Amino acid sequence: MLSANIVLFTALAYVALLFLVAFVSDTRARKGWLGLVRSPVVYTLSISVYCTSWTFYGAVGSAARSGLEFATIYLGPTLVFVGWWFLLRKLVRIGRIHRTSSIGDLISSRYGKSTSLAVLVTLIAVVGTTPYIALQLKAVTASFQVIADATNTSLLGMPTRELDVRTGFWIAAGMAVFTILFGTRNIDANEHHHGVVAAIALEALVKLFALLAVGLYVVFSIGGGVAEVFRLPTAAAVLQGPETFGTRWVALTFLSAAAIVCLPRQFQITVVENADEGHLRTAGWLFPLYLFLISLFTLPIAIVGLATLPAGSNPDMFVLTLPMLHDQSALALLVFIGGFSSATSMVIVASIALSIMVSNHIVMPIVLRLPRRSVGVSGDVKKLLLVSRRISIGVILLLGFAYFVASARSDALAAMGLIAFAGVAQFLPSLIGGLYWHQASKSGAFSGLLAGVLVWGYTLLLPSFEGGPVSASLINDGPWGITALRPQALFGADGVDPLVHSLFWSLGLNLALFVLVSLFRDLKPLERLQATLFIDVFRNPADNESRFIRRSAAIDDLYILAQRILGTDQAQRLFQDFARRQGSRDDLPQPDTEFIAHLERQLAGGIGAASARVMVSQVITGETISLDELMRLVDETQQVIEYSQQLEHKSQQLQITAGQLREANERLKTLDAQKDDFLSQVSHEVRTPMASIRSFSEILLSNQDLSTDQSMRFLDIIHTETLRLTRLLDEILDLSHLERGELTWTLEPVDASAILRRAVETCQGMADGAEVDVEVDCRADDVEVFAHRDRLSQVFINLISNAIKHNTDDAPRLRIVSSVLDGRFIVDVQDNGPGIAPADRERIFTKFSRAWTTARPTATGAGLGLAITRAILRRMNGTLDLLPSMGAGACFRVALPVRRAAADVSK
Amino acid sequence: MSARVLIAEDEPNLIESLSFILGREGYEVSAVSDGDAVLERLRSDRPHVLILDVMLPKRTGFEVLKLIKLDPTLSGIPVMVLTAKGQERDRKTAEDLGADAFVTKPFSNQDVVDRIKRLAGG
Repeated sequence: MLSANIVLFTALAYVALLFLVAFVSDTRARKGWLGLVRSPVVYTLSISVYCTSWTFYGAVGSAARSGLEFATIYLGPTLVFVGWWFLLRKLVRIGRIHRTSSIGDLISSRYGKSTSLAVLVTLIAVVGTTPYIALQLKAVTASFQVIADATNTSLLGMPTRELDVRTGFWIAAGMAVFTILFGTRNIDANEHHHGVVAAIALEALVKLFALLAVGLYVVFSIGGGVAEVFRLPTAAAVLQGPETFGTRWVALTFLSAAAIVCLPRQFQITVVENADEGHLRTAGWLFPLYLFLISLFTLPIAIVGLATLPAGSNPDMFVLTLPMLHDQSALALLVFIGGFSSATSMVIVASIALSIMVSNHIVMPIVLRLPRRSVGVSGDVKKLLLVSRRISIGVILLLGFAYFVASARSDALAAMGLIAFAGVAQFLPSLIGGLYWHQASKSGAFSGLLAGVLVWGYTLLLPSFEGGPVSASLINDGPWGITALRPQALFGADGVDPLVHSLFWSLGLNLALFVLVSLFRDLKPLERLQATLFIDVFRNPADNESRFIRRSAAIDDLYILAQRILGTDQAQRLFQDFARRQGSRDDLPQPDTEFIAHLERQLAGGIGAASARVMVSQVITGETISLDELMRLVDETQQVIEYSQQLEHKSQQLQITAGQLREANERLKTLDAQKDDFLSQVSHEVRTPMASIRSFSEILLSNQDLSTDQSMRFLDIIHTETLRLTRLLDEILDLSHLERGELTWTLEPVDASAILRRAVETCQGMADGAEVDVEVDCRADDVEVFAHRDRLSQVFINLISNAIKHNTDDAPRLRIVSSVLDGRFIVDVQDNGPGIAPADRERIFTKFSRAWTTARPTATGAGLGLAITRAILRRMNGTLDLLPSMGAGACFRVALPVRRAAADVSK
Repeated sequence: MSARVLIAEDEPNLIESLSFILGREGYEVSAVSDGDAVLERLRSDRPHVLILDVMLPKRTGFEVLKLIKLDPTLSGIPVMVLTAKGQERDRKTAEDLGADAFVTKPFSNQDVVDRIKRLAGG
């Protein structure tokens, strides 16, 4: 068993080690030997300040009480580091460029360097962090009393006496001293707290080592192996805790993800203390790995603790009481130091972060509003700031201590941590919205934050005091008995997990107000500028600021101002550097807009953007925010967006055009193929008579001994073929003109029935010669149509002569029927010939197709007749169709619209 | 014995001119005017040379040529393809199908006679 003195001595020795590490790192850093301190590993280890004593002790407690729920606390940050890496990178970049000193500074700076917003964020941070600090004090105090007072009851994890307030006080005091010594050496955000970071990294290693050691001991020494542990009866109870992946599960994962971004201490370590953006890449995988290792033995310890420690033991202390039960004093001591480490690292970083916020956002604005006292005392503001930070640290720890005393009786560690998480999660909408949404305005952020934090306080923080200063009736019946306002069941949302309930209402209202107010309130010029600089941080360097704000000031005033805040040495260096950059030989730079912007950023690193702006404004003699420039910047962004939309639109149009072109191309290809076909057909049709002509000419030329009869016969053939050739060429030209609509006939009212009669008469001779019996049945007389007399006649003659020529029947017959049907003059030409094969029905109307040549090979035509006939009719708004075959032969139908009105007039 | 030439051609005037010039050279000439008739005649009355027009009714000259070359009893008959579509594509098709000569219309009588002589003699 360990005596209190040994524990105390060890703790003090450990603290001394921390001091040493911090001191050495700080001194080395001052001499410029950054080495190890600036490595990505140290950066990652310092991020593990996330794992406080709450996770060190409380995770096992949570696992024992609620099973796998503890994992959410690790899951959220893992998701952020793995999946939301780009968000962290943006935060870090903005932090570096704008010399952001805290999360409050970032939010206020984004929304037009608003002081009121900075104050609100600071207050929320303090209110949210105080219970968290109290939690750490409590954990250390409790663990100290448990380990140093090893009676049987203490093995239950509960100190025999009340928590010793004095122990808590001395711990708080010790932490305050450490923090003040190493956390307030300078005021500039970009001068990192190397000593603190080194100490935090060491503590990260210690707590991981302690947890792994106790985990290995519990599993392999007490439990007898992994499999054995999970075979314990309590394993089932732990693993089948409350529903996994339920709403509470999701809410907790979300909360812890929000916390890793929004907690002031995380922001301090991840953004403000970041020395190199590239370190994030290492942290992206190393931090999740750290979380994995630290949570590795949580379940086994919880299972073994439940199985072997007496019933009623405090599960939050299993990590400590398990080795104690087995008399492993050294291990217990290591665990105690591990827990101590987690608590101190959190308290130190949190109080540094909060003290910066309090001094920059609350103390400075007040000082700036006080009537100005001594002007020009070098470093007076710097001194004031350092003093205010030291006092702030004291006050914050005192507040934490007070909360610790007030809540000493409540025993769940995890609940207090979650309350803090939910509090800082209120920053999330303004923070993320500010980084990605141009329209997000200060009023939106302010109203959202205020409403969110009030609802959070009412629904989550207030009920945590139940039994203490808050009466149970308020919780159960609502204020003044109004049940709709019960803190844990707002508007009848009964039976919901209190945390989920609070998160829903607070964040919901926060987000709704943030969005709605932002939408309805216009941005001020400075807000618009900052929004653009933040959101497009990867495109617009901060120097852009000088494009928009034109300011002038006396260089002396600026120097005095810089001296007051930075101290003489640093101010001198700053001015000299910039003078050199401007190319001036003087020690004093030109106080142009660019320099003023640069100076303001440097000051912002020390006192926050809002205060820096106020201070610089005091010495500014003229300031104009160039709205034109600003609008142009906004326009540029807008243009880029519009341009990309246009591009998108254009590419759609291009796609459509490409489609149309493809179709047109297909059509052209078809037409081209048709043209090729046509030419090839023409070629064929021309070459055939040419072949006869040439062949017979050659015969006549080379054979002088031919008889006159023979010669005459051959000459006759040549003559006939020449005529055929001429006719063919005429037809081709005719068709071509018809198809292009180039023929200029005037259509006039003609008597179609009379034209038909004359056509029949014309063909009568031909019919007689071919012994074809022609029957005419004119059922319509005196039909007036709008046509060209000769062309119409040509149509009829074509059809009739076709029917005569191609009829191979033994008793060839031809029947011509005319009638008027539905306002159309109809002429059917029906023969009893071989008919037309179904496959050829459409083809016969195309050029050079001769359906009949198969049956009667005679040189009768080039196969253009039907194509021409159809084209002629089309020009007269008529049609030519081949009727479905009825029995033998083919039946062609001509249809022309009857010109009734004219017919009536003529009558 | 004079060599026999079969003309497969649907233009009567061309049949007449070809018959005349080949008859003068001493060939025994006969003619058919559609694709089906060619194959029938080849089997019933095998000629020494075939003059085959491409644009034949019922069965095109190319189809006929393909069938001839597929049929081992007929494939030995030399074929001179005659076409009015003097395109390179047709010449290629004819060669691929195994035509022994290719003549485009309008042809030179002497050219036809020379080719027939070569085919009949070979």
